[in-house]
Amino acid sequence: MMSKLSSIARTVLATLCVFAGAAAVAAEYNMPVGVTDVSREIQELHMTIFWICVVIGVLVFGAMLVSMVLHRKSLGATPATFHESTKLELLWTVIPIVILVVMALPATDVLVKIYDTGGEDMVVEVRGYQWKWQYKYLDEELNEQVSFFSNLATPRGQILGQSEKGENYLLEVDNELVIPTDTKVRFLLTSNDVIHSWWVPDFGLKRDAIPGFINEAWANVKEPGVYRGQCTELCGKDHGFMPVVVRVVPKAEFQQWYAAQLEASATEALAMAN
Amino acid sequence: MSAVIEAHHDDHDHGPAKGITRWLYTTNHKDIGSMYLWFSFIMFLVGGVMALVIRAELFQPGLQFVEPALFNQMTTNHGLIMVFGAIMPAFVGLANWMVPLMIGAPDMALPRMNNLSFWILPFAFGMLLSTLFMESGGPNFGWTFYAPLSTTYAPDSVTYFIFAVHLAGASSIMGAINIIATILNMRAPGMTLMKMPMFVWTWLITAYLLIAVMPVLAGAVTMMLFDIHFGTSFFDASGGGDPVLFQHVFWFFGHPEVYIMILPAFGIVSHIISTFSRKPLFGYDSMVYATSSIAFLSFIVWAHHMFTVGMPLAGELFFMYATMLIAVPTGVKVFNWVSTMWRGSMTFETPMLFALAFIFLFTIGGFSGLMLAIAPADFQYHDTYFVVAHFHYVLVSGALFSIFGAVYFWLPKWTGHMYNEGLGKLHFWLSFIGVNVAFFPMHFSGLAGMPRRIPDYALQFADFNAWSTVGAFVFGISQLLFLWILVQTIRAGQKATTEVWEGSEGLEWTVPSPAPYHTFAEPPKVA
Ligand SMILES: [Cu+2]
Repeated sequence: MMSKLSSIARTVLATLCVFAGAAAVAAEYNMPVGVTDVSREIQELHMTIFWICVVIGVLVFGAMLVSMVLHRKSLGATPATFHESTKLELLWTVIPIVILVVMALPATDVLVKIYDTGGEDMVVEVRGYQWKWQYKYLDEELNEQVSFFSNLATPRGQILGQSEKGENYLLEVDNELVIPTDTKVRFLLTSNDVIHSWWVPDFGLKRDAIPGFINEAWANVKEPGVYRGQCTELCGKDHGFMPVVVRVVPKAEFQQWYAAQLEASATEALAMAN
Repeated sequence: MSAVIEAHHDDHDHGPAKGITRWLYTTNHKDIGSMYLWFSFIMFLVGGVMALVIRAELFQPGLQFVEPALFNQMTTNHGLIMVFGAIMPAFVGLANWMVPLMIGAPDMALPRMNNLSFWILPFAFGMLLSTLFMESGGPNFGWTFYAPLSTTYAPDSVTYFIFAVHLAGASSIMGAINIIATILNMRAPGMTLMKMPMFVWTWLITAYLLIAVMPVLAGAVTMMLFDIHFGTSFFDASGGGDPVLFQHVFWFFGHPEVYIMILPAFGIVSHIISTFSRKPLFGYDSMVYATSSIAFLSFIVWAHHMFTVGMPLAGELFFMYATMLIAVPTGVKVFNWVSTMWRGSMTFETPMLFALAFIFLFTIGGFSGLMLAIAPADFQYHDTYFVVAHFHYVLVSGALFSIFGAVYFWLPKWTGHMYNEGLGKLHFWLSFIGVNVAFFPMHFSGLAGMPRRIPDYALQFADFNAWSTVGAFVFGISQLLFLWILVQTIRAGQKATTEVWEGSEGLEWTVPSPAPYHTFAEPPKVA
């Protein structure tokens, strides 16, 4: 009996080590930590609740396995007759409540932060279409200044398997959304047709773009880079083919790029007028 | 008095009618139960083929077998068929067979309505499936059919879909009324509510959920119908309507619906665990209260499916807290099952294997459910494969495994024959391995960022998807083995005894195997 128990304990320990090891090694198997404060805090919440679940799981499945190993008829086990225990039942009602409260507190903090969309440095409107995104840079009065569409750039031949698939297969666009680093960007999301959802995993930012509604979200990215995501609300035939790509560049570079865009749209407006 | 009962009894003491009319006109709860079960099994295979089409397409990145348009029809109809055509009718079939036998009633309270509620189903699902052959193609807007994708932008066949949902809903409501009427009025003398078998309890609560929410679903699809054909704009923003309203109404139905598909499973598992542990169910009273609490909570958590629609902060917080609370009664159930096993005298026949796998895998689904309840984290999980993994753990290795367990558990009572234990165990292990290989990697693909409902994906998701496809095919093909076991058991097999399982408890084990066409013409006495 004792040796059986200790062998079970050893198995449980070994399993735990495997889990911990796997979690440490395989970051690509996990939610990205991302590049914003919010995405980091979300990832921490995710890991906390994950480990709470692992501990509860080890206890529950452990008890189950011990029972399955020791309390078998084939080992001559005779059934006990107990069938209730008010103390135990109260205990495993109260303890989960305590765990949930402990979990709810940090979750509430992060949620409050996500909803704090005020005090922004710039505003970008994100508009969903079947099946592309439109980005509009707005000024302080929310007047449109620069606007362009962002379409899937992966060639059809790659999708149909006629040519080699590129590194960013299905996650590349013709015109990326460009935003500066260290800037609180407020996004206004809406849609022109059906519901879409704009998601950048590395920003911890996903919000639905709904016709007739303007949703708000924000991000403040510290690290320059190209961040890729996808539409995450079924929006029809090419739902799988409307990626989100955001290029985050240092402020100065952004100013340059933005000035060029302004000039281009002014020239375009002039051409239209003539 | 007894003379009257005798005469009445004689009048009904005949076997089934011959030929097809037996099945068309039958009012017998056992016949109707069998028809429900076979119907749901056929739908399970149809929905399963659709799942395999999906998985085949997703085996590798790129478009190989189906166009995105057809892919969307497959995901949509797979969901609709499995939820409304396979899982729900299977539980109704089990209720038809077992509730009268468990409470000592001669039949369901409303036998003619019982016949009607079954025979509506083939028409409802025939109509739904016929849309796949229509020029516009079938429903392609997901089983959650969010407006305006399902209204302004829907294929023409959407009207058939709406009518099919109406029919299936009417069938469910009738079934639920029948089950409540039977349970409340036809229990054997001495069987008080708190002595009812757990399956009867869970079904009673489920039936109330059905009656409460199926009309809401009917309302939602009727509003769609009006938007599409009669120029209203309930869900059309350009006419002053509100697409988010659709989601609120849908999930007000949809969340209780989730529990409609799992509460009867809780009942089944309670019976199986207790029987094969040779110990009474631990915490019967708290099981009843936990089930009731889950049913109540299911009405106030719906918007946790909608954390990303832009609800106000207060709404997000309310739905997050309420959802987290569900973990408490659900935990109570799991702890009670483990305590039932504790210091029992366990054996591991096929029904027990499915029940143990249920506890194990449903709990994993519960863990991912708890993670999904954390609203900030849900911003990352929402509409990814993490969600797909979660609900397949609770619906396949949860609800479906409990149905498999129930079939093996009660099959000897239905057919009078024991199934082949070796093949049953093989079916279990293939299903168990298949389910986990199919659905476990989906947690990873979801966390890595793969959205659901896409026919093609970025290269970093390739390995996970290849595994999922392999698992899905193992699981799918092993269900043919299940069919073979069923046919074999119905035709022949070792004769089953009256009590079937050693020390089995409950009225259903007091009637001969197979259960005679008419049982409990005289109500049994319950001590
Ligand atoms: Cu979209």
